[in-house]
Amino acid sequence: MFQQRSGQIKTFLRQWQLQSMVIPGIIWMLIFCYIPMLWLIIGFMDYSIAKPMLESPFVGLKHFQDFVTDERFWRSIRNTLGMSSIKLLLGFPIPILFALLLNEIRSIRFKRTVQTISYLPHFIAWTIFGGIMLNWLGEGGVINQLMMALGLQEREILFNSDPKYFWWITYFSDTLKETGWSAIIYIAAIAGIDPALYEAAELDGAGRWQRMWHITIQSIRPTIAILFILAVSGILGSNFEQIFMLKNNMNMRMAESLDLYIYNMGLVSGRYSFSTAVLFARSIVALGLLFLANYMSKKLTGDSIF
Amino acid sequence: MKLRRRMKRIGVFEVVNTLVMLAVCFITLYPLWFVFINSLNAPEQAVLGTVNWFPKDISLASYSVVFNDKSLMNGFYITTLRTVIGTTAHVLFTAIVAYGLSKTQLIGRKVYLKIALITMLFSGGLIPTFILMTKLGLYDNFLVFIIPAMYTFFNMVIFMSFFRTIPESLEESAKVDGASDYGVLFRIVLPNSMAVIATISLFSAVYHWNDYYQGVIYIHSQDKLPLQTMLYKIIAENSMSFMQQQAMAQFGARLPSNSIKFASMMVATLPILLVYPFIQRYLVKGAMIGAIKG
Repeated sequence: MFQQRSGQIKTFLRQWQLQSMVIPGIIWMLIFCYIPMLWLIIGFMDYSIAKPMLESPFVGLKHFQDFVTDERFWRSIRNTLGMSSIKLLLGFPIPILFALLLNEIRSIRFKRTVQTISYLPHFIAWTIFGGIMLNWLGEGGVINQLMMALGLQEREILFNSDPKYFWWITYFSDTLKETGWSAIIYIAAIAGIDPALYEAAELDGAGRWQRMWHITIQSIRPTIAILFILAVSGILGSNFEQIFMLKNNMNMRMAESLDLYIYNMGLVSGRYSFSTAVLFARSIVALGLLFLANYMSKKLTGDSIF
Repeated sequence: MKLRRRMKRIGVFEVVNTLVMLAVCFITLYPLWFVFINSLNAPEQAVLGTVNWFPKDISLASYSVVFNDKSLMNGFYITTLRTVIGTTAHVLFTAIVAYGLSKTQLIGRKVYLKIALITMLFSGGLIPTFILMTKLGLYDNFLVFIIPAMYTFFNMVIFMSFFRTIPESLEESAKVDGASDYGVLFRIVLPNSMAVIATISLFSAVYHWNDYYQGVIYIHSQDKLPLQTMLYKIIAENSMSFMQQQAMAQFGARLPSNSIKFASMMVATLPILLVYPFIQRYLVKGAMIGAIKG
């Protein structure tokens, strides 16, 4: 036992070069990941940034009681679930549809060009993309011009000042920006399907739609299942960069997601302990959702994420 | 023969599908075209609102305001600096850690990997991280862009699995010639990993170039703000820098902030647009690695 130990120490010292590559990384993780995890404990304290952490008094579940009785907290839950649900139900199928249609294009050059163009917006910053959206949705903006030209509305609407449009704005702008990028994984999965399957189906007299349904969709089903489960497990998250850009004082009622609530309470109002309590509760629920998703994925497809 | 004829026939579906794809391209490119034409729109015209298809009079007046704006140009400088230093630091640091972890004879490897994996499952989140940065003296410090972004678990795993595909024999022969572990890494392994280095560098660079949120949270001094954070303030909070206010006053109502906004947006996007055609295949490769790992 002792000899084995000392042998390990010797090996450790002999491989000091390798160790000196890894240990800084571990120290980085301890500082930037583990210390913040430990500091979640201030959710149970009345923490003030001016004092050392241990001098702050423990207050138990006070902040947890405070936020579950806060109407604004529940509003932020509603907004998060609302925006996530729209994205999940109406947004999730769009990249699949795009991949299927793109797959039917015969000219390889045209296909490549369309694909390359389609994921360009993913690399444009939300400041830029959000700025364009804000302009389009405003007075005299492109959306108003279009809607009036189509006769769908009679007067100009200030879409971004009216809270009731906010969820839809996040949905449409996200679809516009991310469809091409999200489709990559499906396009890759479709490219991996054995062409012999299609030839066989064609000889059996299967038409285009039948081939699409029975071969393409069936073949990429595991990919779809895993991505769907991942999306479901992320339902408490929101696209912070997007919402932060599009929100304003007038639409805050519908725009404040859970992330934004934590930001507003913590960094704007300075209630560190309170918003850390919310963070703590959220990470517990999110972890549960992740395990649930992993379990479901294992059950349904035999594949799991970890 | 019948099969071939059917393959060649161009049906209604082909026509409709091609039109749909063209529409996708249009919808994707139009926002950028919109920014471009409105940044060129002459100030006199821009007062009347935005244009949809072509600028009425082409003018570079807005660009001259942007390029003469000292604070915006400083933001451009900060962003460039951050992208170059941040990307280099990220790639070097993550690759070195990953190389060490890729060696199975490493004592403590299992523990190290567990420590790394747990960071995927739990995180402290916004507030504890903010307090940490403050305590570390990173608040309002340029290094807040660099150090916390030096490592990601995801990229470490990509590097690690790539390093493990490099044939042992290559490394062994260098070792026989007396090279140290660092020597092997820098002279043998990294030069053989250019594709994966390029991919990860590009993702890191795009992140650094596009990120505005770190600047909103951690930067207080005007002279340390990255370009994207300034844009956020100009667009979402409608605040104007001193130079812009001066320019506005000078031109009177003739130079609306709209065309300045669009010109600054163009300046912030142009570097990405210019390199995009050349780097996009690396970006797709990166997405593929992500997909397989996911």
